[in-house]
Amino acid sequence: MIPASFRYAAPQTVAEAVDLLSNHADAKVLAGGHSLLPLMKLRLANPRVLVDINRIPGLDYIREDQQAAELRVGALARHIDFERSDLIRTRYPLLWDTACGIGDPLVRNRGTMAGSVAHADPASDWPAALLAAEGEVVATGPQGARVLPIDGLYIAILTTSLKPDELLTEVRVPIPGARTGSAYEKLERKVGDYAVIGVGVQVTFNAAGIIATAGIGLCNAGSTSIKARTAEAFLVGKPAAPDNVNEAARLAMEDSDPVEDDRGPVDYKRAMVRELTRRALSRAFDRARGGN
Amino acid sequence: MATQPAARIAITIRVNGQEHQAEVDARLLLVHFLRETLSLTGTHIGCDTSNCGACTVLLDGTAVKSCTVLAVQADGANVETVEGLEQNAQLHPLQEGFLQEHGLQCGFCTPGMLMTATALVKDNPSPSEQEIRRGISGNLCRCTGYVNIVKAIQFGAARMREQAAVSTQEATHA
Repeated sequence: MIPASFRYAAPQTVAEAVDLLSNHADAKVLAGGHSLLPLMKLRLANPRVLVDINRIPGLDYIREDQQAAELRVGALARHIDFERSDLIRTRYPLLWDTACGIGDPLVRNRGTMAGSVAHADPASDWPAALLAAEGEVVATGPQGARVLPIDGLYIAILTTSLKPDELLTEVRVPIPGARTGSAYEKLERKVGDYAVIGVGVQVTFNAAGIIATAGIGLCNAGSTSIKARTAEAFLVGKPAAPDNVNEAARLAMEDSDPVEDDRGPVDYKRAMVRELTRRALSRAFDRARGGN
Repeated sequence: MATQPAARIAITIRVNGQEHQAEVDARLLLVHFLRETLSLTGTHIGCDTSNCGACTVLLDGTAVKSCTVLAVQADGANVETVEGLEQNAQLHPLQEGFLQEHGLQCGFCTPGMLMTATALVKDNPSPSEQEIRRGISGNLCRCTGYVNIVKAIQFGAARMREQAAVSTQEATHA
């Protein structure tokens, strides 16, 4: 299969990329290309102009900014970069779990976190994980950069509140504080398939062992990536008791809205939201206590 | 503005050590450039939907699905295909492994398996069975059940370690 004709530009700077996006209606950004190019080959996407950001130097970073207390991820940091990063493996187990389970190794060699976040496919893993971790994105447009939370970014399937002339230049994740644990649980039929369901969790305990903050993101459980707010709110102020895990898992299931497809019927998927939330919370609690 | 979008683009790609220049459609996929422009048909097209890995090549040393990379994206890059594995009429140790361990039946997935294995062994000269299985999980084989492919890669990796040890010894004695 060959994509429909388009014109291609490979800018050298972010400013040039934004210029291209401003000057060409129906332009799309090409990063890892492992969502966009398949869609173009199937003629489900037909951009007239592709703006390939792969030649912009300096966008492949994953680093902590201690002053801002944030992990900062450039637009060209690929899934494999997370998988191979000691910083991510030791300090961001949620992100490490997520990276290691995306697509297959060859896909992970190309695909990027920022591209996945901007693509807004509810079946993508990163948005669910980043909703749990309270991530933000930096959108750079002709008027400069603005920071917006990923919670609220998703309007509908494959649709974000980013403007057509904005480039998602950075993803930001707060550095987890003490007594924080996190995990990503994914059920897939086979390697390389989308998740049947994925659940990302991040919890922080206070010094008394009570849950101070809880984040839960659901993958492929609705028409957008879902933040399971009811379940999150329930957990805050409670200890990590099994009854609370079970009730939070049930509430996450109620927060989900999956559709039937060849990965299963609705009741099965809802049950998987419940079970994976239970597993993710248990692992996150273990990790918060220093386990791995 | 420095860059204007273009529908046809001049590219220079080094494939298996040889430089090629061409003017290509922006929409030309790397796999079609290899197979149709350069007639290097060892790189196969399997699923064409980024699933099967039959089209795997090395792009600046990284294993990628060449059906999901544009030829223009490889401008200035080094590409290695299965045709580049054999050196001086000697099979690559991994090719020898597939031969000795019966690592193929129909052979359609083999070029992609070989290129993925090449990158895998370069990163990890002594991969465990688990690491091999995980490493080739983006390459589908519909004949073998993978058992002999894993053995073939273990064979190739072992031979590469032996060769590396010998050349280290020779260098020490020289």
